[in-house]
Order: sequence, then structure tokens, then C-alpha cells
Amino acid sequence: MAFLEYAAAPESPSILNLKAQYGLFIDGEFVDGHGDVFDTISPATEEVIASIAQATAGDVDTAVRAARRAYETVWSRMSGSDRGKYLFRIARLVQERARELAVAESLDNGKPIRETRDVDVPLVAAWFFYYAGWADKLEHAGLGPNPRALGVAAQVIPWNFPLLMLAWKIAPALAAGNTVVIKPAETTSLTAMLFAEILQQADLPAGVVNIVTGPGPTGQALVTHDDVNKVAFTGSTNVGRMIARQVAGTQKRLTLELGGKAANIVFDDAPMDQAIEGIVNGIFFNQGHVCCAGSRLLVQENVHDEVIDRLKARLSTLRMGDPLDKNTDIGAINSAAQLERIRTLSDTGENEGAERWTADCRIPDKGFWFAPTIFTKVSAAHAIAREEIFGPVLSVLTFRTPAEAITKANNTPYGLSAGIWTEKGSRMLALVDQLKAGVVWANTFNRFDPASPFGGYKESGYGREGGRHGLAAYLEASGWDAPAALSAASTPPADAKRATRKPKQTRKAVAK
Amino acid sequence: MTITQPVGLAPTDRAERLLGGDLTETALRLHLEGLSGVDAVGLEQRAAGLSTRSIKTTSKAWALDTIIRTCDLTTLEGADTPGKVRSLVAKAITPDATDLTTPSVAAVCVYGDMVPYAVEALGARHGDPDQGLVSVAAVATAFPSGRASLAIKLADTREAVAAGADEIDMVIDRGAFLSGQYGVVFDQIVAVKEACARPDGTAAHLKVILETGELQTYDNVRRASWLAILAGADFIKTSTGKVSPAATLPVTLLMLEVIRDWHRLTGEKVGMKPAGGIRSSKDAVRYLVTVAETVGEEWLTPHLWRFGASSLVNDVLLQRQKMRTGHYSGPDYVTVD
Repeated sequence: MAFLEYAAAPESPSILNLKAQYGLFIDGEFVDGHGDVFDTISPATEEVIASIAQATAGDVDTAVRAARRAYETVWSRMSGSDRGKYLFRIARLVQERARELAVAESLDNGKPIRETRDVDVPLVAAWFFYYAGWADKLEHAGLGPNPRALGVAAQVIPWNFPLLMLAWKIAPALAAGNTVVIKPAETTSLTAMLFAEILQQADLPAGVVNIVTGPGPTGQALVTHDDVNKVAFTGSTNVGRMIARQVAGTQKRLTLELGGKAANIVFDDAPMDQAIEGIVNGIFFNQGHVCCAGSRLLVQENVHDEVIDRLKARLSTLRMGDPLDKNTDIGAINSAAQLERIRTLSDTGENEGAERWTADCRIPDKGFWFAPTIFTKVSAAHAIAREEIFGPVLSVLTFRTPAEAITKANNTPYGLSAGIWTEKGSRMLALVDQLKAGVVWANTFNRFDPASPFGGYKESGYGREGGRHGLAAYLEASGWDAPAALSAASTPPADAKRATRKPKQTRKAVAK
Repeated sequence: MTITQPVGLAPTDRAERLLGGDLTETALRLHLEGLSGVDAVGLEQRAAGLSTRSIKTTSKAWALDTIIRTCDLTTLEGADTPGKVRSLVAKAITPDATDLTTPSVAAVCVYGDMVPYAVEALGARHGDPDQGLVSVAAVATAFPSGRASLAIKLADTREAVAAGADEIDMVIDRGAFLSGQYGVVFDQIVAVKEACARPDGTAAHLKVILETGELQTYDNVRRASWLAILAGADFIKTSTGKVSPAATLPVTLLMLEVIRDWHRLTGEKVGMKPAGGIRSSKDAVRYLVTVAETVGEEWLTPHLWRFGASSLVNDVLLQRQKMRTGHYSGPDYVTVD
């Protein structure tokens, strides 16, 4: 027998205790929505998992009122250390139910269980643990002595990391003392509903977190609601633009995490075997459904052929198939619509004259699948070098000098992330500062940590999530020059002299 | 800085093909120092990723038998006796007397002076592991330290081969390697390889032990692997088992990457032997996965892959018994040596 044909090792969905129908989670209770219901399906089999409620504008209003009530009567009055206790409790419950959450996420999203098990769910717990620690230390966040919560946060999250994006949004909002109404993506609401069960288990006061499910109009009703103080959105640049227009002119604070077309730059002196792994992890992790994916490979011309050769050999060992199988590396594309978009853009690449190579993966009969694909001979003018494909498609370009690499890397409307591969530390440090990207990975790719801020330049959005900066997005520092204080990142919070000098300078500036 | 006359090295086919004729130490150094670096964090992450592969039922049964078939059952103690070697040989032939479908191991690995006893005990079962027979591997060249003159190392090797050893496990001079005398290490491997020759024109297989625990850095391991292959190694091997850390998965992965690159370059297949510290079946299966996903499954034969282990076989036998009977028996259901 062939050893690589590992006997299937699937996790069984029977560990889940799913309901046939899910309503909304408002004011601490599961309630029916007033709109139609829609099915959520498994992208790997197209089988229906459960039906999900579609929240109407009225439902959204009920949720926002519940959040406002909870904010005014409970959450904003609670001490930071007490808020922290709830967050720690949520983090521990996520760890306790880790296996169940991982299975549900793989089933609903199509991503492989080894990623949900080893990346998504552990990071979800890490995010809650991290911000739990901040809840009673807000005065040390660099925003002055007494930062205040904003109020009710309206949050809309995407389908690529359903549970992780939920954690990125909810954890800092609650730590800072805000209450939340969150809308998961239409195709991936399942784990948000399991998370609602965790909130009940944690005895989180009613209304502090509310979850409304549904398609675009539900999200629109949420972000345009008069009584929200903060809007946070992660998703496509087009929707982000629309939200920015709708929020403009209101008092609402806004952060946007949008698309990307990251450059992954490989120099000829890179640690070659690890660079190949990094390229694979950069673009084929989560089927390329990663806004910070390294979708533009910039290879130094003299090692181009070797890199491509090695990359193709490596890709032929990737295993595509059942996302619940522990040996699966590449799972299913999340939806038929996304698969269609990936196909269209790939065909465009071919028509533009780029050379297409696809790994020899067996495509299952049912479900949405796209085998790992590499385009070589790509020119910077090609659509596949400019547009975000959001799928397992890598566009390869070449460069000759470091200056050319930087120019090409920055020549994009986006600026979320980038990667550099070189053994030469001085070059690494010199180049990192020239890249216009929120995150630059050195000799690695797609690594996340709750303590490290994440966010973009240009059309990749504004604001930061994670770290102290992520907390600042949910806090108001009245009479305090918040941006200036944050940019003076080296200021130790205990430095009393500077802490008293700063506000004076601000007042002077205002007086002028 | 002065330009000195380049020092010539013993010519090998492999080195001449890669580095040109009139092989010099300078050419060898330039090649080794020009190799792509190794990022330790990335290498270890990849190895950890390979460890998460899940192996079930039929794959596991195949894997367990493959571990036994590719094992060098080893005793390398100062206290070894002819009696202990005979008992090791009996176990090598019939690892589990309660289940005669259990395959024999690939080889027994002993000190040079024990080779005659091993050969005698094997009798008609002595031979090619691919035919279901058992080879005799001898450690030579002043194992494990390698601290002796070349003359003694060569005599050690010749004696073991003359006594009937099919395979020689030599150690490299780590002192010379770490001080940058790549030519010295290269020439010694070439000389030992020559000493492996038998009068009838055949030769014992040469396994070159890098002792990766003493080489300290992954970059050194990559250079030493290339050096050993260019000098003519049939196998490259991680460790003597006398230095900690012995075999690790990242080091094995790295050496397999060198073997893969050599194969891509020349079409030649070099074997790999991790040795020391691999005690459980679970751990050993991770090595098999690493082989399959790095160089390919065709390496999983006794000619290209070995485990150097003394206690691993027992754990595999317990796992085999578990698969057969449905329950774990316990350490007293397999023999201690």
C-alpha cells in the first residue's frame, strides 16, 4: 500500500450538539428573528447543517437597545477587574470546548481541522486571555489617566476566520467597557451561535453581547443604526467604502480591516527550504482566504526557476479534501460565489498571458474546490497581480535589486502585510521600514499574536486590532491627545513627569 | 591575506561531477559555505507540522512493519558479551516469537570485535535485508569519539569488513569539522570508504555519522551532510547515540532535504539513518511521515532508510500485539534483549 494515502482520520461531527434551527442572540437569550430563515451549508459536501435566522431592521433595533441598556446599567459601571473576570471565564470556556468549536468551524467554513484545531481556536482563547488582562489596566493603555468606553459597538465580521474575527472584535470591546452587537457573515454564523452558548455558560450579563445573523442588509441596518457609537468592520474593500460613506458625518468612530495583496519577497540568500514553507503558508493557508495572504510572490530573478521548481514539488505533497480529516492541508472554498470569483480571476490571468500551473489534486465530486494554483510570467500590470483573488492562487513576479523589490511591493492600492526572506539581517532591517504595510513578517508568514497590532495602509483600511492599539480603538480619552500619546509608544506609563506635561501641550495647541 | 597553493583532495566521482576536476579544499569550502542557510524556527515549525499527521489502522499496520524491517537493532555497550550479541541476533531474526508474521529487522549493529559472533549466530540468515535476511553493521573508526589516528580508524574498518560486516558506521572527526578543516574530514571519509572494499570487488556499505548533537547549528548539519555525500557516503546518519541530543525530527528533516536535493541534482539516492533517542512507535511513525513527504515513499526500504535503535523494536512489538489482540499486554510480553 502507499503510505502517503494515510487512512482517513476524520473528526466526527457527532461531537457537536447542533440544533436544526438557530435564532438570534439578544439580551442574553436565543430568540426567533422576524425575517426569513436561510440554510447554512457545509462547503465540502453542500449538505445543510442548520437553518439560520435573518434579522430584520427591527431585530437589529431590539439588539442595539439591549446593548445600550446593558451598557448603561451594568457594563460601564462594573469595575475593570470584574469585566476581566468575565473575559477570563470566556477564554477558559473556549479552551474547554476547543474540540467542538474546531469541528463546527471546519464543518461550516470548509477550512481544514488542523488549522481550526491548531490555529483558529487557540488564538481565540489567546485573544480573550490577552484582553482580559487589560480590562483593569486601561489607564496604562497610553490614553491618559482615565479613558472611557465609547458605548455600543456595531461589529460586522467576514467568513474567512469566523470565530477568530469574532474574538478580535469582541475581546477588546468588552475589555474597554463597551457593549456589542455583532453580525457574523451569512455563510458562517454557526460558531457565533456556539459562542453565544459560551456567553450564557459564563453568565455574562444580558445584553453585553448580542448576535444578529443575516445577509448584507442586516449589517447595513446595524452600522447605520442611530444609537451605535462605534462601527468595526472586517471584509472587502468595496463594502468598507460603502460603510465609510454611511458613517461619515456622524459621531460614530470607525475602524476598517479590508483587503490586501501582500508581497512576499524572496531574496537569493533566503533560507530556501523554509522560504518554500513560508510561501506555501503565506498563500495556501486557509485556502488563501486570508486578507493578509502573501498572494504576490516577488522572487529575485537569479533564483526564480529554483524557487518555482521547489514550490511545485512541495505543492504536490499538499493534501486536499475532507476538511474534517486531520491530514487535510487544503479544504473547501467557502461558497459557490467565492469559487466563481476565483475561477473568473484565474481565467483572466491566463487570458492576460500568464503561465498557469495547478497542483495535481483530486477534486471531490461535491462541494466547492479549487486546487492550489501558481501563475508565473506575471507582469505588474496584470489583474492577477493587482486584484485580491482571496483564494489559493499565487502570482509570481521577479525583481533584480532590493530597490526594485520595494518599488514593486509598494506598487499596490493595498498595504496590509508583507514578507521578506533573507539571511542577511542588515538588509532585512533596512527594507522593513520601506514597506508600506501594516505587518511585515521576517522569515515567516501569517503568524498572529494578540499582543501585536494588525491593520492596513491605503485601501487595506484604517485602525489597528490587537495589542494596545486595538484597545485604543474602543476607548475615548477626553482632554487627552490620544494619537500623540499613542505615537509616543516608548513612553512608560509610570513616567509621571511626561504624563502631566502632555495634556498641557495639548491645551496650548488647542488655544492657538 | 595571501593566496596559497590550493590543497588537493582525494578525487571522488561525486565531488568531481559537482565541483569539477582536480578537486581542491578551496572549491569544497566555497561550495559548503555557499549553501542556502537554515532558519531554525522555520525548520522546527515544519517538523512540528509533520508530527501532526494522523495515522490510522491500515496505514499504521504497514508503518509498524516498516519500522521493524528498517531497524538496526543495536547494542553498543562496553559491557557487551558474545552471549548478548547472540541473543540480539535471535531477536533480530524473530522479533516476536508469539507472532511469526513479524518481519526480521534490517541489521544488527555492534562493535567491530563482536562482528564474528553476530555473523556466526546469524548463519544462513545472514544477508540482504531486502531478501528478508539480516545484515551485520559494525561501528568503526574509533567509535564513538573518532579520536584516533587515521591508520587506526582504517585498521578498525578493515578488520570489521574482513570479519564479515556488511555495513560500516563511521564517525566523522567533529574537531576537524568545527575548526573548518573540511578537507581533512573529506579525505578521511574517502579513505574509510576505500577500506570498506572487499577482495572480491564488492564493498561494505558506508554510513557516515555526523554526530549532529556536537555540530550545534543546523547550518553545520547541512554542510556536514553535503560533505559526507560528496565524499561518497552511502548513508548519512545523525548520531552515535552517545551524545545528547541524538536524533531529532528537525535534524532528520534537514538531512533528508539534503538527500532530496542531491537526488534532484544527480538522480542518485543516498540513504538516511536517524539514531538514538527514538523509543516509541508514535515517534518513529513521525519519522516515516517525514521521509514520505520530503524525499518520497520509495526511500522507505532497508537500502535507503534505517532506524538506529535498541528499545524501539519492543514498543513496536507491543503495538503490533495490540493491533492483533485488541489490548495492550505490557513490557513482559516482549523480550528484553
